[in-house]
Order: sequence, then C-alpha cells, then structure tokens
Amino acid sequence: MNSFAHLPVLPVVLPLIAGIVLLALRPGRPPGAPPEGDQRLAAYPLRILRAHGLSLQRGISLIATLALVLLAIALAHATRDGNFLVYALGNWVAPYGIVLVVDRLAAWMLLMTSLLAVFALLYAIRGVDAGGRHFHVLFQLQLFGLNGAFLTGDLFNLFVFFEILLLASYGLLLHAGGRNRVRAGLHYVVINLVGSTLFLFAVGTLYGVTGTLNMADLAVKLARTPTENLALVQSAGLLLFGVFALKAALLPLYLWLPAAYSHTSAPVAALFAIMTKVGAYGILRVGSLMFGANAGPVAGLFDPWLAPLALATLVLGTFGVLASTTLKQQTAYLVVASIGTLLLAFGLGSVDALAAGLYYLPHTTFAIAALFLLADLIGRARGRFADRFEPGPAMPGAPMLGGLFFVVAVSITGLPPFSGFLGKFMLLQAALDTPLLSWAWSVVLATGFASMIALARSGSLLFYRTHSTHDPASLTPPTCAALAPVVGLLLLGIGLALWAGPLSQHTAATAAQLMAPQQYIEAVLRRSSDSQPLAEAAP
Amino acid sequence: MEAMIALVIGVLTSGGVFLALRGQTFPVVLGLTLMSYAVNLFLFTMGRLAIGVPPVISATAEAYTDPLPQALVLTAIVISFGMTAFVIVLALKARSELGNDDVDGLHRDEDRRR
Repeated sequence: MNSFAHLPVLPVVLPLIAGIVLLALRPGRPPGAPPEGDQRLAAYPLRILRAHGLSLQRGISLIATLALVLLAIALAHATRDGNFLVYALGNWVAPYGIVLVVDRLAAWMLLMTSLLAVFALLYAIRGVDAGGRHFHVLFQLQLFGLNGAFLTGDLFNLFVFFEILLLASYGLLLHAGGRNRVRAGLHYVVINLVGSTLFLFAVGTLYGVTGTLNMADLAVKLARTPTENLALVQSAGLLLFGVFALKAALLPLYLWLPAAYSHTSAPVAALFAIMTKVGAYGILRVGSLMFGANAGPVAGLFDPWLAPLALATLVLGTFGVLASTTLKQQTAYLVVASIGTLLLAFGLGSVDALAAGLYYLPHTTFAIAALFLLADLIGRARGRFADRFEPGPAMPGAPMLGGLFFVVAVSITGLPPFSGFLGKFMLLQAALDTPLLSWAWSVVLATGFASMIALARSGSLLFYRTHSTHDPASLTPPTCAALAPVVGLLLLGIGLALWAGPLSQHTAATAAQLMAPQQYIEAVLRRSSDSQPLAEAAP
Repeated sequence: MEAMIALVIGVLTSGGVFLALRGQTFPVVLGLTLMSYAVNLFLFTMGRLAIGVPPVISATAEAYTDPLPQALVLTAIVISFGMTAFVIVLALKARSELGNDDVDGLHRDEDRRR
C-alpha cells in the first residue's frame, strides 16, 4: 500500500479533525459574562487559550483550508487522466461497505469548494467570525459535509453528508443572530428538514426494490428493473430529483433562497454560493450514473423535467434580479438565475453542453461569491443606507468599489472578455445541436440582457445618484485587506478565462467520463474482486 | 401485518404533512417529528417484515432478517433527533426575537419601517 492510498479520504477527515480541534480552542466568554467554573483554578495554558482563542482559531482554520486546496489539487492531478480513486472505508469491499470515489467531477468540485472557502474565510477573519463562538468550527464542519457529499459513492452516506452540511449551514446562517436572520433561518431549516424526510423515503424505496445502496451497484441493478417494479423505481428516482432540486433551488422550490442568502452574513453567503451547486451535483451524479443512457427501463428519468424547469428558473430568477430592493437580495436572485443556466446545460443532454456547464460552474460560483462580499463592503461604506437601492451619501473609496463592482457585474452577466461570456458562449454553441435550440438561445440571451440592465441600474444608483447631505467623515473607506478576497475571487475568474483552452478540454473530458458511467461502475465494483488498495480503470 | 404497517405510515405521514403546513411554529415542529417517525418506520419496513428471526449471525437461527435497514433506521433516528432538538431551539429563539410564534413573524409593518 503506497503512501497515497489514503489520499481520497483526507479531504473528509482533515476538516473534521480541524473542526474538533477548533472546538477545543474556542475563545472564552466576552468580559463581563458570568464565568464558567472557577477561573482561578484554570490551568495557565487554558487561560492563554481563552485569551488568544480567536486568533489561534483563525490561524488553524486558515491553515486547514489552505491544506484542503493542496489536497484538492493533488486529487485533480491524480484523476486528470481519467483514473478513478476508489477508497473502501474500513476496507469493507463494495457493494457491502461504503466507498469514496474520486473521479474528475468530484476532484473539480473539491477544488472549487476549497478555493471558495479560502476567500470566504479570509473575509470572515476580519471580524465577522467574532459574532459568535463557533464560526470556525461550523465553517470546517460545513467543508466536511460538502467534501463528503462530493466524494461518497453510497446513497445513504450521501444523505448523511447532506445532513452534516445542512446542520453546519443552519449554524452558519444564523451566526450572530438578528431578527431577519432568525426568520429566514426558520424557513430554511423547516424546508430542508422536509427535504431530508423525502430523501429518506426515496433511499428506502430504492433499497427495498434493489437491496443495495452503493451507487455503482444501484446503477447495475436499476438497469435490470423488472416491469412490475418500474413504477416504484421511477417514483423513488423522481423523489430524489425533487430533493436535489430543493437543494439546488430549482423552480418551484427556490422561494426559500433569496431571504436566507440576503439576510445572512457576507462570508457565509459567499460560501453558500457552493450550496446550491451541491444539489446540481446530486442531479448530475445520480442522473448520469443511475438514470443515464445505459439504465435500460429507467434511462433518462430526469430529462423531461430538467431543461424546462431550468429555463423557467432562469426566467423567474431574472425577474427577481430586476425587482430586488437591495444589492444582497439582487445577488441572491442571481444565484437562482445562475442555477437555471447551470441546470439548463446539464439538461440539454449532450456532452458539449455538459462540458460548458462544468466550465460555467466555477465561474458563477466565484463571481457570485465576489458580489456577496462586495455588496457587504458597499453596504458598510454607505453607513445607515446599507445596500438598499435608494440614493445615499457618496461612498468613500467609491472608485475602487465601483471599479470592482463593474468588473463583477460584467463577469456575472456574461459579457466579454471574462469567463462568464466564454461559459455562456460554449453553452449556446452546444445548444445548436439540441431540440431545445430556440428556447435555450432566446431565454439565455434575454435573461442575460435583463440582468445586465438590472446591474447597470443598481451600479448607477449606488455610485452616481448620491447626495451630499451627510457628513462624509463619518463613513470609512474599505481597507485593502477587506478588498483582497474580492480581488482574489475575481482573479480566479480571470484565470478561468485566461486558461480557458486547457480548462475547457478538462471539462470536456469530465463530461465524457460522466456520459460513460460504465467506467465508474467497473472501477467501484472491480475493487471488490481484487484486493488492490487502489483500483484504476484505464479508459 | 403489511396492511396495518402501511396504514400507520400513511396516517403518520398525512398527519405530519397537515401539521407542517400550519401557521405556528409548534405544530410545524410536531409535523416534522411525525414525518420523521413515519420515515423511520418506512425504512425499517424496507428490510421486509419478519417475526422472531435474528438480524445477526447465531448458531441456532434458521433464517435471518435484513440487518441493514435497522442500521439505517438507527442513523436516521439519531439525525432526526438532533434536527428536532435544533428546530425546537430555533423556534423558541424565533418566538423571543419576533415576539410571536407565527412562522413568518407577525409584525411585518414594524419590520418594514426599520
């Protein structure tokens, strides 16, 4: 067994250990609060810990997240040739035990998540994390759940990781509290609990019919579904689709999103840019593996629903963008619109469209996260007017903020020369060969135009329609350290555009791998026949 | 026995859905709890119903029942227990922050002025 054999499990274990360590290091209560036990008896190291807990937490959290980036790069490198890294937890062979599977898609998602997390964390350590005692613990557990959901090859395990990431997200969403946050959080929690119940019903039905929970094994068994069980399997599959659509905020299940995302703190909203993509990932993974083209009687189960619902989501999300009254709300509706574009790419059913979607995925995640952070900076610079769309005082540092806002807006709406343009261009080009050509072109272009108008209107209102009745000295300009995460996320987007050639080749290879689920099935199930530490399926 | 279990799951689920659609937080929490009971029973039933047969290997057993759904139910119970505890605390917090137990909070006009 070589030293890299345990690589696939590290992105799951590292944030978990970091989270537990951070829990032990949590800062002491603020001065004036009733002491826990007798402080005089506390050992000296413990007192040091209490005093410097937050800075220690920040350091460890940042190191753990940076290590996660390195791990994700290593995994992306190991899977770039189309290898599958299959890790049997506890060495229980598939399909009896739980396996973690790293393929190109999983590595792509991991890399995106860890990069996003670094910048969200960099923004958070400037003060947002001091609003409660457990921000860093929850942040690492959130990454634990996300990475696990991307890596697992077992349907019930996917449910468990969904619950972990949801529970952490409840805590992060409510971080630092407040009236609006609690109300939006209550809706978010209740609707996700209902979603979890439906997820269990679907998993239970699939287990009852097939007797397995391993996704590769399920794919084999579902392709041989006898006619009398067809209705059961179809309803379970569509129930799964419904659950993933809820997480992805697909129409008509997106109504929880704008309130929850616009009322939470900026770094959390930026990190949550990846949360809807978990739902999209679920649709893609389950749709391509278990209900893909080779699935016999249940092949293409999601296809009649995905593209039309995605188009409708795109339209309604854009209406929301046009009608928003605050910049954060507008960004939240841009999340809905972007999920529409993304799932349209996944739903068109061709390899090219899927590749375009996978290229668009990191672009939209980074750009929206940058806009959430920027909206927070703009809100702070405007004092009591916050990010509401009403004429306010001239912002200190407006040229810098305005310049960044311009770049983000151009990137999000898909104008050249940034990655959004390339992503949408590839998507429209791929749509040429599909029956949905006219719908895809008209809706994507019209909504892109509408969101461009909406963002231009917001920008001109926030930056130009100012009045000077307020004392500008009371407002402080954002510091360079505050702007750095936004600039970093934008640079990632520019990197996506600069290296569009190799990256789009990589996403095309990823899409091709997803469209041929036989390789995945062989890689997972062959692991059980020979006891090699790593089974590699050579294409 | 199958019909009765199916009926119980159905009644629990419909009761849960009805309560979850109510306007106050307490019935909603109760509804979520009923739904989680229903889904736990459902998962358990997915291993097929059997009487008096052990799930783990024993020397005297003639037949076995599927142990996996029992493990799944155990996991699901733990998760739903934790989630219920969380949502109860959140509902209490919402009650104190919003001043009433309506799921939307009732003082909408006051919020608009802020």
